[in-house]
Amino acid sequence: MTYTGNANWFQNSLTEHFLAFVFSQKGYFFLTRVMQTWSLVSICVLLGVVVRWGVSLNSYSGAQKPPMFGDYEAQRHWQEVTYNLPVQEWYFNNTDNDLNYWGLDYPPLTAYHSWICAYIAKIINPEWVELHRSRGYESPAHKLFMRTTVLVADVLIYIPAVVLYCLYLADGSSKKKVSTLFCFLLYPGLILIDHGHFQYNGVSLGFALWGVLALGLGWDALGSMAFSLALNYKQMELYHALPFFCYLLGKCVKDGLMGRGLFLLVRIAATVLATFALCWLPFLSDPSQALQVVRRIFPVGRGLFEDKVANTWCSLNTLIKIRSILSGDFQLYLSFALTILAVLPSSIRLLTKPTFWNFKLALVNSSLAFFLFSYQVHEKSILLVALPICLLLNDLPFTSAWFLQASTFSMLPLFLKDGLLVPYAVTSAAFLLLSICLLSVLDHCSEEEMELCTYKKLLFCHPKMDLACIVRWKFYISIAAMAGLSILSVALEPPRHLPDLFPVLVSTIAFLHFLGTFIHFNILQFSKLPSRKRQKKNN
Amino acid sequence: MAVQSDGWSWFLPLAAGVSLFKCLFINAYRSTDFEVHRNWLAITHSLPVSSWYHENTSEWTLDYPPLFAWFEFGLSKVAQHFDKNMLLVENLNYASPETVMFQRLSVIFTDLVFIFAVRECSRCVQVQKVSRDILDQPSFVLSVLLLWNFGLFVVDHIHFQYNGFLFGFLLLSVAKHLQSEHLQGALLFSILLNLKHIYLYVAPAYGVYLLRDYCFTRDVKDGSIGWRSFSLLRLLVLGGIVVSVFTLSVGPFLVMGQLPQVLSRLFPFKRGLCHAYWAPNIWALYNILDKVLVVLGVRLKLLQEAELPRASMTGGLVQEFQHSVLPSISPATTLFCTLLSILPAVVSIWRRPRGARGFLRCLLLCALGSFMFGWHVHEKAVLLVILPLSILAVESREDAGIFLLLSTTGHYSLFPLLHTPAELLIKVCLMLMFTTFSFTALRRLHRGKGSLLRPLEVFYLLGLVAVAIACEVVFPLSPWKHRLPFLPLLVTSVYCSVGVCYSFLRLYLSLWRSDCKAKQP
Repeated sequence: MTYTGNANWFQNSLTEHFLAFVFSQKGYFFLTRVMQTWSLVSICVLLGVVVRWGVSLNSYSGAQKPPMFGDYEAQRHWQEVTYNLPVQEWYFNNTDNDLNYWGLDYPPLTAYHSWICAYIAKIINPEWVELHRSRGYESPAHKLFMRTTVLVADVLIYIPAVVLYCLYLADGSSKKKVSTLFCFLLYPGLILIDHGHFQYNGVSLGFALWGVLALGLGWDALGSMAFSLALNYKQMELYHALPFFCYLLGKCVKDGLMGRGLFLLVRIAATVLATFALCWLPFLSDPSQALQVVRRIFPVGRGLFEDKVANTWCSLNTLIKIRSILSGDFQLYLSFALTILAVLPSSIRLLTKPTFWNFKLALVNSSLAFFLFSYQVHEKSILLVALPICLLLNDLPFTSAWFLQASTFSMLPLFLKDGLLVPYAVTSAAFLLLSICLLSVLDHCSEEEMELCTYKKLLFCHPKMDLACIVRWKFYISIAAMAGLSILSVALEPPRHLPDLFPVLVSTIAFLHFLGTFIHFNILQFSKLPSRKRQKKNN
Repeated sequence: MAVQSDGWSWFLPLAAGVSLFKCLFINAYRSTDFEVHRNWLAITHSLPVSSWYHENTSEWTLDYPPLFAWFEFGLSKVAQHFDKNMLLVENLNYASPETVMFQRLSVIFTDLVFIFAVRECSRCVQVQKVSRDILDQPSFVLSVLLLWNFGLFVVDHIHFQYNGFLFGFLLLSVAKHLQSEHLQGALLFSILLNLKHIYLYVAPAYGVYLLRDYCFTRDVKDGSIGWRSFSLLRLLVLGGIVVSVFTLSVGPFLVMGQLPQVLSRLFPFKRGLCHAYWAPNIWALYNILDKVLVVLGVRLKLLQEAELPRASMTGGLVQEFQHSVLPSISPATTLFCTLLSILPAVVSIWRRPRGARGFLRCLLLCALGSFMFGWHVHEKAVLLVILPLSILAVESREDAGIFLLLSTTGHYSLFPLLHTPAELLIKVCLMLMFTTFSFTALRRLHRGKGSLLRPLEVFYLLGLVAVAIACEVVFPLSPWKHRLPFLPLLVTSVYCSVGVCYSFLRLYLSLWRSDCKAKQP
């Protein structure tokens, strides 16, 4: 038999086998099951898209609020700047580029994204991106355009990553996967910030998620590339950087730094360097250019915190006025030191035991540590913590759903300022409903499933004490408190001498939740008693 | 909890989820129907009953039956706590954020009737085998098909109307018949008739069914009617219920001598054969045939262009028009055609009643028959068929096929209702969601016996995708946009009317088949 004949024969028999499989009873059921899963997935995705679009029909940040407007105008302004000015002037202050009016302060990938959007805007209506004259431009058509750009970015980057993650890296029956996917896609915080308030967090979080996905599937170089893209879109992705670094390094070390590990390490390093170089290409010709970009991205002069953030500094501020006691530089060093101290345990643990499970936990711990202790944190940065928590929706439904609820709640003052009360109430209530029904969180809070056994050992509790019951009651009380405070801050005028009463209360309550989560997940990472399920996965 | 023990734990979360979802679209596009209902709120709130049907400050005069006016009156009592200004008759086109919020929430809250009705209907579904998987439960599938119904959602919560509330009454009355609570069913239906008179379309089915199945208590052995078993008492009770509801509703106006005025508002025959956008029925095909003949005639020089009556039938403004080649249609003709089309169905349940399910099929045929042949039919009226058909679809294979065909076509024909760019995505996604779900769930329910649709039907439905892309994407970008602005509407209604007509025939065929089956014991 000739070679081609052989190949033909092989092909034919393959086709035959395939057809036989399809037409057999078993194959038919298999195919229908796959089709059913995919049609359920597509329903979830469509619903996710419609909900995003429904939220985006509402107001955005800074709508009709001259002279500074809000994040919507910032994004539009970047389109204007990137379209009309040469690359070299994007990050510099000059007559055409007033950096005090929403100057670019995100890494180059954001700028390129704005530039692409600006090209499309120019085709539709040149007025939208006209230099100087388009400042504060608002119109229904323009709103539609801007909203569409966010949705397109979400559909292209974030949603596919979520779908693939839930289908391939979450375990359980296909129904459980779809439920997780549903909740993941409908997490209210991200929807409200991106499609209500107006930002492009879906892009950076989506890239980070692609990174996690690739690492989970074992494609380390691709994963590090995706994560580098995320870093180059928003510098806040640094919150996730240490776990990525430690996981990859730990893996290389495990493979032996003298042999395969070294090869892997070099490959990853080369990928990261190449990605960075590509992203920064226009700014590399002149060192002053690159330095200016870095200076814009890390504005150390803006103070320890702004507004009311649910982190340590702002919460401490209600007791001690830190900002007046400590000097600016000292604040910076203090927050830096504390952040490092808080990240270190989980990172070292990950370095020594680089499993995917540990990686996910370390992502939570690192981003929460950054959120709680680092310098210049925005309330929206909680989304960076919410993403890794979403990854754990399948494994720890109760804790994750609780945290996600609290994280949405922590941004309440922002939503009220933007006129997003109705979408906030609707999506939060829907998420609570979904997590209770689909993930059946309340059935999943036995001691074993929440990994509470460690606590028993730590606290020398009486063995008969039902920790799970206590935790469940805490959950009820916390939900009631969040709902109650939401209603109060809408319905009541704060007393005259305490105008910030409700935002402070919101941020303090949220802070308590976050701190609790931080401690809990750190303990989880160090607990030596992985349940049977997890052992199986690690093998 | 009692609810959880009998496997209904999914219902409340499902209903709550749907209601929350509806709240997302409070700020979406709304049609003039929003102003219509605001005006009615104002009329019923600030004017005495005697001038409700005389008031004409706004062009949107009250043209629903009296019970609906009372319903608006009740709503207005709540509305005054939101914003008093919306209750002033002269405040035309008033839409403050509070007004929008109140009106939208009123639709969402009155949908509770619908939710309750869906639950009652789902209880009546026959279950062949008990299954653990939720997608295998017909009651679950039916609830989703009804609660997430694309058409109802679009018409009520974006376009703005109170159909959910009204369909709640219809489905509840159907459920009562399925549960053999005929008197309650009759009561609910007579209330419904006095809320919105469009339900007159299905009244023949109710009349004949109640007379035949309820007033005659027993059949002769061979299935024909047993004249001796006629129960006068039952007829009197039934009549009493219907008459008392009508007295409550129309009585006051009868006393005030306003009945002719009310009737002239309810039945405005001055409108044209077709609505501005042709509903996908037989007249759409008739109109297009006329157009084609005109074009052909002019081309072949059989007709003089100057002699033809000038009327743009799709112009939107012209409501009355004449056909050029084919004879023009008068209201009497449509009435005759409608009666003729529903006659076989009605006769069939008179001669051979097949219980409440036979009645439901007859109701569907009446609704679809009047949709097909009626005078000035709105495209929204197709919901009158799609919603009740869902009940049959989860029970029988044949009906599932008809349902898939009709619901997809009928729902697509609602697309022109939402014509603003921001709502394009919503309608497309929701439609895809509903269609995907109905195909997946119904195929799963009726699995193992081949496909639900014939190849030609699948091909036709795929054609809808092409039509959608052509009308929604390609056409707005093409140079014809300004020359022939109504071309997409025309294409949509003609293409959809083919599917609707076909479904009508298939529905009749299924009735005829079950007739044959009943004859051969």
